[in-house]
Amino acid sequence: MKELTVISGKGGTGKTSVTASFATLADNRIVVDADVDAANLFLTLEHKTLENSYFKGGSKACIDKDACIECGDCRERCQFDAISEDFIIDPIACEGCGVCAYFCPEKAIAFEQQVCGEKFVSQTPWGPMIHARLGIAEENSGLLVSQLRQEARELAKDKKIPLIITDGPPGIGCPVIAAVTNADALLIVTEPTLSGLHDMERVKALADQMNIPTMLCINKADLNPETAGRIKNFAEDNGIHFVGEIPFDREVIDAMKASQSLVQFSQGAAAKAVKSIWKEVQQFMGTTLERIM
Amino acid sequence: MKVVVTSSGKDLDADLDPRFGRAKYFIVVDTKSMDFEVKENTQNLNLPQGAGIQAGKTVAETGVEAVLTGNCGPKAFQVLETAGIHVITGIQGTVKGVVEKFNAGELSYAGGPNVEGHWV
Amino acid sequence: MIITIASGKGGTGKTTVTVNLAASINRDDVTVFDCDVEEPNSHIFIKPENISSEPISVMVPKVDTQRCTLCGACEEICQFSAITLVAKRIMTFPEMCHSCRGCEMVCPEDAVKEDSRVLGSVHQGKNARGIDLTWGELRVGEAMSPPLISQVKDRINPGGIALVDAPPGTSCPAIEALRSSDYALLVAEPTPFGLNDLALTVEALKKLKVPTGIVINRADDAPGIVEEYAKKEGIEILQRFPFSREAASICSRGKLLVNEMPEMKALFQQLFNRLNQLLTESKEAGEVGK
Repeated sequence: MKELTVISGKGGTGKTSVTASFATLADNRIVVDADVDAANLFLTLEHKTLENSYFKGGSKACIDKDACIECGDCRERCQFDAISEDFIIDPIACEGCGVCAYFCPEKAIAFEQQVCGEKFVSQTPWGPMIHARLGIAEENSGLLVSQLRQEARELAKDKKIPLIITDGPPGIGCPVIAAVTNADALLIVTEPTLSGLHDMERVKALADQMNIPTMLCINKADLNPETAGRIKNFAEDNGIHFVGEIPFDREVIDAMKASQSLVQFSQGAAAKAVKSIWKEVQQFMGTTLERIM
Repeated sequence: MKVVVTSSGKDLDADLDPRFGRAKYFIVVDTKSMDFEVKENTQNLNLPQGAGIQAGKTVAETGVEAVLTGNCGPKAFQVLETAGIHVITGIQGTVKGVVEKFNAGELSYAGGPNVEGHWV
Repeated sequence: MIITIASGKGGTGKTTVTVNLAASINRDDVTVFDCDVEEPNSHIFIKPENISSEPISVMVPKVDTQRCTLCGACEEICQFSAITLVAKRIMTFPEMCHSCRGCEMVCPEDAVKEDSRVLGSVHQGKNARGIDLTWGELRVGEAMSPPLISQVKDRINPGGIALVDAPPGTSCPAIEALRSSDYALLVAEPTPFGLNDLALTVEALKKLKVPTGIVINRADDAPGIVEEYAKKEGIEILQRFPFSREAASICSRGKLLVNEMPEMKALFQQLFNRLNQLLTESKEAGEVGK
C-alpha cells in the first residue's frame, strides 16, 4: 500500500481539482480529504455517505457559576486570557490545558473532552472517500487529519486497496505536518507566482525534514511562463521530480460548477495535462519503496 | 527473557499490529516458556496526543527487555531507550512467529525510530 | 481599528486585497500585519526596507534534576504529554508543550525551570512609499502558529488603522487572526468551493461577533452565487474585482495592482472609503452607546 499526499503551501493553487481528477483516474484507491477546516472534495466527487462518527479532540474548561466563589485563582493562572472578569471561559480562547480546573479550590471547573467535528466514510463510483467536517472555530485539526489517515490505512488493509490519495491543507503548520507524516510521496501543486514560489520553497523544506520524495506540478503555468521557469529550475536544483504543467483553462471552474472532476467533465487542455501528470505520478510512486502495513 | 509484541489480537496466533503507540494490545511474552500476558492499549487508541509516549511508558512498566513492532516513531523510541528497552522494527507475522524469529536470532535491534512521529 | 482580511478558502486574493488596499491610500496611520505566518507573502508585494527581525519563542519546561523528587505531579497535570516520568527519569518533549505553565505551578520542589522553544520570527519594515509592514514567519517544522500570530497582533498600534492579512481556513490560526478585530473583510471567490468555505468563515465570525463584509474577487467566474448568499445572510458586498489576465499577471510578478492599473486603484480607494465610513459609523454608535 502506498500513500500520496497532495499539498501546495499557498492556498488556492488547485490541489483539490488535481486530487479529484486523480481520484477518478485511479483504478483502485481510497481518497482522503485532509483539508478539514475547508473541505471541498465532497463537492466534486459524487458520493454516498455510509458511516459517520463524531470526532473528539482535547478537553475544555467550563466554570459552574453556582459553585464559583470568584476568588480569581483561575484568571491568574490562565496563560491564554480565556477567563473573563465575570468568570466565564471563552471556549475559543481556552487551550485545554486544565490548569484552572486542577487548582480551583472549590472544584467548580468542569474539564471534559469535547466533540469538535464529524468524520465520514463515503462511497464514490471510484472507491471509498474518507472526509470530515471540523466544527466552526474548533481546533485539533492535526489530530483529526491523523485519525482520517489512520482510518484510510485500516480500510486499505481490510479491502486490499493499494493506494491512498490525500488532499492536504494549505500552509506548513499542524494539519499539514499531520497530512504528510509518513507519506510515501508528495505532490506539490503550485502556481507561477512569486507567492507560489516562496510558499513552495517552505513546503519543500518541510518535506526534506521528513525525508519524503517530492514531485511538483505547476497549475496555470501559462499565466507567467517566466516564473514557471524559475519554479522548474528550483525543482531541478532541489531534487524535486517535475511532473508537468497545467494550462489556465476556464473548464476547471466549469467542472467545479458541474460538481464533477476536471477529467470527467472536460476533454480540454487542462484535463489532458492532468491525465499526463497522473501517468507520471504513478510511475514515480512505483519507484518508492513498499512499506510494511 | 521477556519481550513485548504489539498485537492486533489477544493471543499468540494474532497478527502483529504494526503500530506502536496506537497498537490494539501489547502481549508480554516469555521467550523461553512462551507464557504470555495481554495488556490492552484502549486508552491510548483514543488519546488526543502523545500516544507513543504513553505506550512507551506502559511498556516500560512491564519490565521487558525488548519491543517487537512494525513502526516506532521518535518520541516512543526516546521513551523506550530511556527505559533501557531495545526496539525491533519493521517486522510482520503472528506474535508467535515473530518471537520464534527473535529466539532464532534473526532480528536485530533498531538504532533509531523508523517512522516520523504522527505529530499528534 | 483592526480590519482583518480573511477568506476560508486559500488563494482567493486575501494578500492582494490587503496590500493593494494599503497602497491605494496615502495615510500614515495605516499599517499592515501579515498573520499568515505559515506562508507569509505580503512582503513580496510591499517590499519593505531596513527590516528588523526578532525571534519569537514560547516557554517550555526544563527540569532541575537535583531538585526533582520524581513525584509525578507535573506529568499528572500535563494534558499534552510534554512532560513525563519514565524509568525514574523525567523526560520533556518541548514540541508537545502548549506553554500553560501547569507543571511549573504544580511542582512542590520548584524544580521546573523556564526554557524556550523558538516558534519563528516577527519582522518589521517600511517600504519606499512609507507603508509599514509587520509579519510573522513560522519556523519550518513548527506546528503551532497561533502563539506567533498573537505576537504579530500584539504589535498593532490601537490608535491607527491596522490591515491584518489572515491565514486561510476556519480553525485555530484563522480564528486567532480574526479574534478581537473590529471588522472582517472576506475575500470571496465566486466558485462552489469558494462559496462553501465563505459560508464556514461567516459562521465562525458570528461566533466571534465580528461585523463582516464581503469583496468578490474574479467576479465573473460564477456570477450571482456569492450575491445570492450575501443577500440571504444580510451581508454587504463592498466591492467586486473583475477577473483579468492582466491583473493575474501583475500579481504573479509581485507587483501592486494599484501602481499598474489606474482602474484598479479607483476600485481599491472606493473600497477603503466605504470601510472607513462603516468603521466611523460603528465607532460613533459605540460612543453613543456608552
